[in-house]
Amino acid sequence: MLDDFFVRALIAGIGIAVMAGPLGCFVIWRRMAYFGDTMAHSALLGVALSLLLDLNLMVAVFIVAAAVSLLLLFLQRRGALSTDALLGILSHSALSIGLVIVAFMTWVRIDLVGFLFGDILAVSESDIDIIWGGGILVIFAIVYLWRPLLASTVNPELAEAEGMRPERARLFFMLLMALVIAIAMKIVGILLITSLLIIPAATARRFSTSPEIMAVLASVIGALAVTGGLFGSLHWDTPSGPSIVVAALALFVLSLLPIGRRRLETASHSTPGGHH
Amino acid sequence: MLNFRSPETTPLVRLNNAGVSRNGRWLVRGVEFSISPGEIVTLIGPNGSGKSTTAKTAIGVMKADEGYVERKPGLKVGYVPQKLAVDWTLPLTVERLMTLTGPLKGREIEEALSSTGVLHLAKAEVQHLSGGEFQRALLARAIARKPDLLVLDEPVQGVDFSGEIALYELIKQIRNRTGCGILLISHDLHIVMAETDTVVCLNGHVCCRGTPQAVSQSPEYQKLFGRRAASTLAVYSHNHDHTHLPDGRVLHADGSITEHCYPGDGHHHDEDDNVHDHGDDCGCGHHSRLHGFELKEKRDA
Repeated sequence: MLDDFFVRALIAGIGIAVMAGPLGCFVIWRRMAYFGDTMAHSALLGVALSLLLDLNLMVAVFIVAAAVSLLLLFLQRRGALSTDALLGILSHSALSIGLVIVAFMTWVRIDLVGFLFGDILAVSESDIDIIWGGGILVIFAIVYLWRPLLASTVNPELAEAEGMRPERARLFFMLLMALVIAIAMKIVGILLITSLLIIPAATARRFSTSPEIMAVLASVIGALAVTGGLFGSLHWDTPSGPSIVVAALALFVLSLLPIGRRRLETASHSTPGGHH
Repeated sequence: MLNFRSPETTPLVRLNNAGVSRNGRWLVRGVEFSISPGEIVTLIGPNGSGKSTTAKTAIGVMKADEGYVERKPGLKVGYVPQKLAVDWTLPLTVERLMTLTGPLKGREIEEALSSTGVLHLAKAEVQHLSGGEFQRALLARAIARKPDLLVLDEPVQGVDFSGEIALYELIKQIRNRTGCGILLISHDLHIVMAETDTVVCLNGHVCCRGTPQAVSQSPEYQKLFGRRAASTLAVYSHNHDHTHLPDGRVLHADGSITEHCYPGDGHHHDEDDNVHDHGDDCGCGHHSRLHGFELKEKRDA
């Protein structure tokens, strides 16, 4: 039952889950879920450009996702529209431009569904090298940037006052997001990448007493979701991306059950720190 | 100028005619003051007068668009921001908050937390603290770093009156023990910490500055505040030579009206002459709360 392609998908998927864990925590803490979505949607523009200009797929997606996040930073600085509206504009226009370009290129046939929802058959051995190479890079970068990233998540001005550089941390964080999106696209699919970032991290919250524990737990839970999802995908012949998301959701729902956790009372006590 | 502590030591921070503008509007302009080791400077002023902006400019979080800021090389800052909301999705205990911007030994964490009286909350998540407890935790975090300069943006917000006295006493102890400089932002226009060396009153620019008047000897204040408070708090008497009109223009003591107000526009009296010519005719509204408490020892011009 464990065909070569399946083992490859499993190794690739677990690699992605491991790097998505800590990044996903920051996405939640910084309330950047929609931002992640926008970057992910712009990946399709990257796919289209890679076909049009004959570039490496992951490189093209990384460049476009990074460019979109920089564009957003620039537009935010100008302050003409709210971040919400800007994200809506960027997200769907990037996705649509990508789709339109693909439609014009009648000479290429691409598996659009595979790009949007993930395709476990698409993972090659060189993809695994890239995923684990990139994954190790992402993990090292996060460990290295952990303190400034966390401090500027809590309060950027405090971080800067005490000798850190929150703007630089934020820039690196965006580049890491772009990298993860480029790497994860094949397995999870463009439309569902953010869920692999968010759902495991949200599941981990209930069992975590420190940011570090939450980051590690999110990786573990993500790896479980990938494993479960891929087995389901193989068994029922469903697209890999949605299967992984369903598995992640199942774990999240399980975490909501009051299985002797006092922590539930803590977590459901959702008073934000606003009154401070 | 009114720095009673060894003036020959190099200041930790010095603002020289510093101004910050956003979208073509000056948030604050022409600010001059310095903080030396062991000195306590208190910024006061109405809402939107540029207190936080000034403090952020002093520590380099905001850049001065005009003038310049000198900082001692390698200056170590401990900062308690005015607002800090931790998202509830972030599992952060008080203990973990302490090492947010740098590593600390377990003993240092305990010392700092017990000095602000929140050691028993070390394992609590910060989202579950009350406003006063959170302020104490933030203060503990800032002092645990052993900073050269402690910047406290309204540290007594959300703290009741006796808690406020206790926090001011703690700040005084920190200064006496560590010799760090302290930049304090006060939400109160008249009552400041008694240990303050220099009060700078802002309203888009430096309106006046001076030293607070100790009230511990005055029986009226002792009756009003209680004996303990009267030794911790002091009253600051404003010394304005101009009035801020509702439309943003400025009426000067010489009768002229200008669009803006900053030192060097020729309408101000010399800031070094220490004239305390304030009174109800000043019209700035700062004095209304202290009717009947005007201090007798006005200095002669």
